[in-house]
Amino acid sequence: MDKLDKKIINRLQKGFPISDSPYAEVAEQLGCDEATLIQRLQSLLQEKQLTRFGPMYHAERMGGAFSLVAMKIAAEDFERVSEQVNGFAEVAHNYQREHEFNMWFVLATESKQRIDEVNAEIEQLTGYAVYNMPKLEEFYIGLELQVS
Amino acid sequence: MNVAKLPQGMLQSAELDGRDKALVAAIQTGLPLCPHPYAEIGRRIGMEEAEVIQRLQRLLDDEFIKRMGVVVRHHELGYRANAMVVWDVPDSQVAELGRCLGQFDFITLCYQRPRRLPQWRYNLFCMIHGRDRDEVIGCVDLVIEQCALQDIAHEVLFSRRRFKQRGARY
Repeated sequence: MDKLDKKIINRLQKGFPISDSPYAEVAEQLGCDEATLIQRLQSLLQEKQLTRFGPMYHAERMGGAFSLVAMKIAAEDFERVSEQVNGFAEVAHNYQREHEFNMWFVLATESKQRIDEVNAEIEQLTGYAVYNMPKLEEFYIGLELQVS
Repeated sequence: MNVAKLPQGMLQSAELDGRDKALVAAIQTGLPLCPHPYAEIGRRIGMEEAEVIQRLQRLLDDEFIKRMGVVVRHHELGYRANAMVVWDVPDSQVAELGRCLGQFDFITLCYQRPRRLPQWRYNLFCMIHGRDRDEVIGCVDLVIEQCALQDIAHEVLFSRRRFKQRGARY
């Protein structure tokens, strides 16, 4: 990744114009030409340095429900439970963390009611309690990291 | 929550009409990499470029779409350590401290969540990404000093493994 790639990533984490020639606009700000910008983006996506290039949605506005869920799993059961939990299509991502609460996953469903149903199904299947911790308030939604 | 991909069945807000939904479906795998991407999207769903632009701008203004742009892979960009840092903040101070935490570049998410007493006392959650664990710990020390969190109980939960990052399901 060279200097221009980094400039492109930092610039495009801030947004992308909605206009008839958006790549040309951004290219001009970055001091390169439109074709170079498009080709660099293509490479960054192909090499998987970027996961995607497009819209970030506000999921609740779109009509969905989310929650962060924690579990405390005994070491000997961890593999079994993680397989069972990851088997639910509603589990978006799941992290093992270094804590007594060692499993943390995000549920994404089409309704709040479905969050409760999936949590109940997970408790029944795994034999472990779930601790549902939905967002109450959001203080920052940047998701922006500078590449240097 | 902000997501790059919408789970199946999620697109059901009453504030979106059929043409908005067709447009959201057409762009959710990403913007075309060509000089006039909005014209190209319009071509795929039978919509004029001007209508695509006008509808997308409305979706942004009304915050259905938080922003257009790139989504980075933290790990591939050298951010190899990530920690969820949780704080037990008096309810009356959550908003003030949440805003203070939210101003730091290295904090990528900051949410108030319910306590689950007696097992879980923490109510303010933030994510910190760093190149390694020392960098993350340095960030925690910095926010403790800058936001005067010396008397607030906290824990740093480093991630050990990521099991699952779901692909697209439509």
